[in-house]
Amino acid sequence: MRLFLQLLFRNRLAGFGAVVLGVIVVLAVLTPILPLHPPNETNTANRFLRPLSEGHWLGTDHLGRDLMSRLMWGTRLSLAVGFAAALFAGLAGAAIGVLAGYFGGRIDNVTMRGIDMLMAFPYILLALAIVAVLGPGLMNALIAVAVVNIPFFARNIRGVTAGIVHREFVDAARLSGMGNARILWSEVLPNVVPVIVIAMSTTIGWMILETAGLSFLGLGSQPPQADLGSMLGEARSALITAPHTSIVPGAMILLIVMSVNLLGDGVRDALDPRLRSGAPSRPEATTRVERATAPEATESGLLRLDRLETQFRIGKRVYRAVNGVSLNLSPGECVGLIGESGSGKSVTALSVMGLVASPPGVITGGAVRLDGQDLIGAPYEMLRALRGRRVAYIFQDPLSTLHPLYRIGDQLAEAITAHQPVGRAAARARAVRLLEDVRIPNPAARARAFPHELSGGMRQRVGIAMALANDPDIIIADEPTTALDVTVQAQVLALLDELRRSRGLAILFITHDFGVVSQLCDRVAVMYGGRVVEEGPTTDLLAAPAHPYTRRLIACVPELGGGRRRLAAIPGLPPAVDDLPPGCAFAPRCERAQDACRAGEIALAGKVRKVRCLFPETTP
Amino acid sequence: MTLALQTRDLARSFDIGRRLIGPPRARLHAVRPISIQVQQGETLGIVGESGCGKSTLARMLVGLVAPSAGSIEIEGRLLDRADPAAFGRLIQYVFQDPVSSLNPRKTIRQILAAPLRHLRGLRGRELDARIAELFAAVSLRSDFLSRYPHEFSGGQAQRIGIARALAASPRILVLDEPVSALDVSVQAQVLNLLADLKAKLGLTYLFISHDLAVVEAVSDRIAVLYFGALVESGPAHKVFATPRHPYTKLLALSAPVVGRPLGGAQSGELPDPLNPPPGCAFAGRCPHATEICRREMPALRAIEGDQHAACHHPLAP
Ligand SMILES: Nc1ncnc2c1ncn2[C@@H]1O[C@H](COP(=O)(O)OP(=O)(O)O)[C@@H](O)[C@H]1O
Ligand code: SF4
Ligand code: SF4
Ligand SMILES: [Mg+2]
Repeated sequence: MRLFLQLLFRNRLAGFGAVVLGVIVVLAVLTPILPLHPPNETNTANRFLRPLSEGHWLGTDHLGRDLMSRLMWGTRLSLAVGFAAALFAGLAGAAIGVLAGYFGGRIDNVTMRGIDMLMAFPYILLALAIVAVLGPGLMNALIAVAVVNIPFFARNIRGVTAGIVHREFVDAARLSGMGNARILWSEVLPNVVPVIVIAMSTTIGWMILETAGLSFLGLGSQPPQADLGSMLGEARSALITAPHTSIVPGAMILLIVMSVNLLGDGVRDALDPRLRSGAPSRPEATTRVERATAPEATESGLLRLDRLETQFRIGKRVYRAVNGVSLNLSPGECVGLIGESGSGKSVTALSVMGLVASPPGVITGGAVRLDGQDLIGAPYEMLRALRGRRVAYIFQDPLSTLHPLYRIGDQLAEAITAHQPVGRAAARARAVRLLEDVRIPNPAARARAFPHELSGGMRQRVGIAMALANDPDIIIADEPTTALDVTVQAQVLALLDELRRSRGLAILFITHDFGVVSQLCDRVAVMYGGRVVEEGPTTDLLAAPAHPYTRRLIACVPELGGGRRRLAAIPGLPPAVDDLPPGCAFAPRCERAQDACRAGEIALAGKVRKVRCLFPETTP
Repeated sequence: MTLALQTRDLARSFDIGRRLIGPPRARLHAVRPISIQVQQGETLGIVGESGCGKSTLARMLVGLVAPSAGSIEIEGRLLDRADPAAFGRLIQYVFQDPVSSLNPRKTIRQILAAPLRHLRGLRGRELDARIAELFAAVSLRSDFLSRYPHEFSGGQAQRIGIARALAASPRILVLDEPVSALDVSVQAQVLNLLADLKAKLGLTYLFISHDLAVVEAVSDRIAVLYFGALVESGPAHKVFATPRHPYTKLLALSAPVVGRPLGGAQSGELPDPLNPPPGCAFAGRCPHATEICRREMPALRAIEGDQHAACHHPLAP
């Protein structure tokens, strides 16, 4: 709750809305005890008094009633009706949505068709029709506004509920012996409530407006009772002669609707889980750079990372995700980057082209040189021109780079025309050829498929085709086969290996699987706690790992053919990168650790075989 | 030895494109009739690729999905209604994704208390004592109990998932890819914990995984699923040393192994589940396929001793 308020007031507009609305609501609540004229007391002698007249601050209307008093009473009524309508619509809609989403099947089908039918009517027509049937009156206007808003809530909430019902924790609750009622109450509802609150806070303003609209047409509150809409309606005839009678309620409506909407948007943002986890509301185009000086180039190569440092700053915490990583990639070479989750592999890869989200990501040091040219801090236009053209990415989930609503052939063609001056037809022909290159059967027909129509393996092939579209020199593949089945993984790996040989591609291959590394990579670097702890030619390194972490990690990997057995484990957990110990990050889990290991920085030593350890397993 | 679990022609199909009235547009056979037997104290490894029906089978076995046909018997009791509460005291489920199987808005204590309360009727001091016991059994510190799921790493969350599954003192655990979401160094911690618990509590396991090496390390017997059907079964050492079904062999060869060159890759994909081929579902990818394979679906039959395969031309050992 504290977090929620903090986030809410970080947004200035929402704070402003909250203050304005707060004042209005307090005044409306206090209206009965404020020293006001009775709102319905007519005095035809004092008709149309201007504002700031004696005894009537805001003047009087066509019957000589005090506008100030009518405004306050009217606001009170309009607010009450608007809130009541929102509450009613929200609760009824949520109930329908939760039940339809939870039970699914026929119930869902029937209710949602009904809702669709309601939504097909123009909004205000439907409200008018309802009032026409029920007869004019404030209560009926309230009902009409609430009813026309129910479909909106029902639809939203149903979607969210259906998503939650398919989550595994609901199954787990069933297996814990809970019945439907209990699951709805204690598992589903707490997860739906934030959505209900968001939907209400963003629609309540409109509901106040709609009620005012009905009253304006004379279908809502009946004279002499004042609400903002009826005040406007009655003032309509004197719009020219006594404009203040219209302006006063009009301004109030404006204030209310504006403040409610600003506040509602703020509530929505503050409850948004993405913002809560510190993700940016507006990410920068490339990763932010705060670097003192670029380090000297140590070696030359096609792609050369020198002591790269990338951090995430979330609140007061600093996560040193990448902590001085140096790597070299030569043309035609495949280098493996291996490590457990959270060791910094992905952030290293994304830092190369400035793709780490900022905030919270910041590159705080090091250099990334492509053909000797430093990319850290390069302008966005330059990085964009290089992305895809010289350095292309393949991700674990190809759907993250494919647009769900466009045919894959069109997307490929677009990727080509973005970087090359070719015509549409030529680009399409190339797209089909690319699909053929990645061994997609019947490429011409498949080019017309949408991403969701393909299997996981086919989609990843399309991801590879996307990466190949502009003949890049370097491909950075981040766990491209982790989500695939082993037989499909074997096909994709074979394809990558062949492409690299036939096109002379350099590949930075990120994985957590030693088997994959051994089959594909020439060299491999092992990461732990944001650092490279060991590096070397794949066969040597795997045959005789020098770093204790590497050796024990390899020992954990079960291999087929070992029979029934107990597997090796590394006790403890990988370090938290916001709280790295001084010295060796592996020391708390290492059997060989001595005091010296915890004392201070340990360098990555060696020429071809490099290891960051004081007491390595072998001397490379 | 006594039977812990037995299924007879257990099958499940799903209706695709259901209409308000009238029959569905298509029917998808997620699990074709499967008969398996698991002895008390045994671990049956179930392997197969995504979409082959592993999870649907598992969810039927714990009562989360109603079978379309066939029967399930647990310790001699016929469970013919998909009622997770009735199943829950005998058989429990450990989920693949440890974090998403824990409700983000509940503390670990609340999560563990649910099965104890609803399935075992524990209250008050008894309940607290049992929670403490469970937590100790999966080697977690008791001060974790008041925390929320997002504060845990994958390995810790999976220990919590195991503790929850064990809460109602079931006889059988269905472990659905319990370590696939974990890093290898943590994976072994969880597997070893599972082995210890099994020995201590005399449990029976159904261990589902796509990772053959992991399955081999933990299983007594193996069942291989392909396209919703059981294609090979038998003692673990036999199935891995001498696979009889070409698909089992392909699986074994595809797993990336340190020091083995890339290979074993075969083109071809799973058949379209809405339009299954008339004969053997593997025929499109099988190097030994002949004309009869494309015409007739092979039945599961004993090849040698207790090793079974569904293939017209089983491989020689
Ligand atoms: N967007 C982000 N915001 C905050 N922290 C992040 C973000 N992305 C990654 N991290 C942190 O950076 C560290 C390294 O992550 P990552 O590079 O994804 O590891 P790997 O790819 O090796 O699994 C982790 O501790 C992770 O929590
Ligand atoms: S430096 Fe010390 S603690 Fe670190 S891996 Fe080497 S021996 Fe172990
Ligand atoms: S039945 Fe025929 S196609 Fe199927 S696996 Fe056996 S040999 Fe291959
Ligand atoms: Mg990663």
